[in-house]
Amino acid sequence: MSTYTAPLKDMQFAINAFAGLDGIAALPGCEEVNAELVEAVLTEAGKFAQGVLDPLNRVGDVQGARWQDGVVSAPDGFKEAYRQFAEAGWNSLGASTEYGGQGLPHCLSMPLQEMWNSANMAFCLCPMLTTGVQEALSHHASQALRNAYLPKLVSGEWTGTMNLTEPQAGSDLSAVRASATPEGDHYRIRGTKIYITWGEHDMAANIVHLVLARLPDAPEGVKGISLFVVPKFLPDAGGKPGARNDIRCVSIENKLGIHGSPTCVLAYGDGPGATGYLVGEPHRGLEYMFTMMNHARLGVGMEGIALAERAYQHALEYARTRVQGRAIGQKSGDRVTIIHHPDVRRMLLTMKAQTEAMRALGYYAAGELDRAKRHPDSAERARHQALLDLLTPVVKGWCTEVAVEIASLGVQVHGGMGFIEETGAAQYLRDARISTIYEGTTGIQANDLIGRKVGAEKGATAFALIAEMRKLDAELAGAQRAAFITAVAALEQATQWLVDHYRAKPEAAAAVAVPYLKLFGTVAGGWLMARASLLAAKQLKEPGADQAFLEAKQATARFYLEHLLAQAVAYSGTVTQGADAVLALEPEAF
Amino acid sequence: MKVLVTVKRVIDPYVKVRVKSDGSGVETANVKMAMNPFCEIAVEQAVRMKEAGTVTEIVVLSIGTTQSQETLRTAMAMGADRGILVEVAGEVQPLAVAKVVKAIVDKEQPGLVIMGKQAIDDDSNQCGQMTAALLGWPQSAFTSEIAINGASADVTREIDGGLEKLTIKLPAVVTTDLRLNEPRYVTLPNIMKAKKKPLEVLKPEALGVDVAPRLKTLKVEEPAKRSAGVKVADVAELVGKLKNEARVI
Repeated sequence: MSTYTAPLKDMQFAINAFAGLDGIAALPGCEEVNAELVEAVLTEAGKFAQGVLDPLNRVGDVQGARWQDGVVSAPDGFKEAYRQFAEAGWNSLGASTEYGGQGLPHCLSMPLQEMWNSANMAFCLCPMLTTGVQEALSHHASQALRNAYLPKLVSGEWTGTMNLTEPQAGSDLSAVRASATPEGDHYRIRGTKIYITWGEHDMAANIVHLVLARLPDAPEGVKGISLFVVPKFLPDAGGKPGARNDIRCVSIENKLGIHGSPTCVLAYGDGPGATGYLVGEPHRGLEYMFTMMNHARLGVGMEGIALAERAYQHALEYARTRVQGRAIGQKSGDRVTIIHHPDVRRMLLTMKAQTEAMRALGYYAAGELDRAKRHPDSAERARHQALLDLLTPVVKGWCTEVAVEIASLGVQVHGGMGFIEETGAAQYLRDARISTIYEGTTGIQANDLIGRKVGAEKGATAFALIAEMRKLDAELAGAQRAAFITAVAALEQATQWLVDHYRAKPEAAAAVAVPYLKLFGTVAGGWLMARASLLAAKQLKEPGADQAFLEAKQATARFYLEHLLAQAVAYSGTVTQGADAVLALEPEAF
Repeated sequence: MKVLVTVKRVIDPYVKVRVKSDGSGVETANVKMAMNPFCEIAVEQAVRMKEAGTVTEIVVLSIGTTQSQETLRTAMAMGADRGILVEVAGEVQPLAVAKVVKAIVDKEQPGLVIMGKQAIDDDSNQCGQMTAALLGWPQSAFTSEIAINGASADVTREIDGGLEKLTIKLPAVVTTDLRLNEPRYVTLPNIMKAKKKPLEVLKPEALGVDVAPRLKTLKVEEPAKRSAGVKVADVAELVGKLKNEARVI
């Protein structure tokens, strides 16, 4: 069983090069941010992830969360780890200083999310959702609600959940039926919510649920859904958890992965109705949820990166220790560790190169998020926001899809042992599997990308990014340059096809949306790996350069460009020519 | 009571150490560095004593390159109040360390000095003892328990035969063993606060200390690789091999 080690060098490289640390440090509110702070925070967080969270990952998987008579117990050790996590202040990193947070930028919080997820994804979902509730309340809730809930959520004393899904309302939230009836200064909430991650547990003194429900006069569809705060215990006059609210955890799901995280069915209002408080204005709940859902989608993309990294580390350790067969071409002599076999190296490099490309893209998006939020110039904010909007479904969709492939390769590197649970490789594959589903499936991400992002603005931001990519043409050379130019052209062609057909043939565009999303991720990843390689060449000339790291970065980038980027042409062909083939077989003919 | 704690920046204990190809030492360029684990225990002990009210101020001292400031910041994030770096570029041997610590003690007048029992890079295990000798103070090396009792301290030392319990007069030098405590994880708010704590940088010359090495390292090489084992048929063969091949009995 391997131990997680935070990839600090690559994280710092990506924060500096792709999030653009210097630029972020110059933004208002980031005065305290510099390379030393980033190093100190990453180092200490890495120790915590490795020392506290990683050892509990398998415990959580094997034991799982447990439900008895409405009470949910986290796996052994999780409660104590959560107490340590909250006390160490990790929960407060990005939160506003007004409510006890540190107000640090996303270029720092995203790498930390990666670490927590690499070490223990099931655990990490709880603080991640708590952060989401903080965001929603700080943007949309009244001052009174903010004062009552935010300090407790920032400190981590209380945790948060998102209650969207109902049995009949999954990806289509217009079908939400949960109801809210006005009663004095509050509302009575009734209904059933499913898939509520960490919806009930014993790790914190209170749980703050954000619930989508309909008011009695609400219009049909998505424009009639409001957002409510519904705490497990109603705060008393002193702000402490008081009377138990009318919410019951009916059961928890038996899942493929993330066993340590309880996925709850919550029944609201079996008795008098659960007491809830309206967030913002009536009927605008879904809109409020979406402002933070984009954020959460980047976070899930980070989960993909995290599990890819963890699966890679696990496979690498095995490949370095497992002795099997002689080196290719040798008929006698010592047997070698399997990392000496070319196909194992191909698999490891596929894992490594894609993980680094995804990290580059994820941190790049995090940097755009910081700029979109904090840049003093409104036109610049809008430009960065448009780029962030474009990249969000790519980070979420592409990084998680590739993460599943990487975790699967991780199993493959282990051979037969990978199929045995004790080896630990299978858990990363099972855990990664949810990331392409929740917070919007890959299909939903791809529809968002071709519709609200590329289609709606006729590809303006996408073409601007493609023009940015082409600036590297002159700097690259040889096979890498040829592969890069071909791939960028492939992305441009597919984007043009979508712009041309999105309105006229929406069904055809939707049929090839996912291949387009994968194309986008593959090429954007290649672009950043090419940049990484050029930067490494430059840094190698500086005194005291980290030769081993930078040369490995060049070799990894080369593999990405010469070996993986070739997929772009195939995806592009599928986008521009493959739609009809998808639609040729009618639903009845399956 | 004021406490002086020393910390050393060493190669991270989780990193595989590599010998330089020219045999002049081990490779430290671009290698992940961390606070020496025994020094971490020393800082933790001081912070616990401050939390318990027996200590009023913790001064943390490091001797080394300018990067050792990061190690001092870590100590301050753990809870030390201020830092002193005595900046030295090259090798600093135990006697030089002890002289610098003495000079700082003369300046700061702490009631107690807590040091790691040894650093995991050169494993000298000499600095604490030498410092006590230079100061003419009592010492407790390899300490696994410490309780301040007015003008003295009750300590437990880990010795070859078991545990030794002593009472030593203060001021004194204490060096830490593994079982003294388990260092805490640093918290995010304390990392932020540590950035603002005072950190003084001094040169050894300013303290009147000559840190020039007295010992010369001739060569550093990797230990011999372990060769594969063999199965023996019976005890007689084992004894024979131990006697004739290994020559250990």
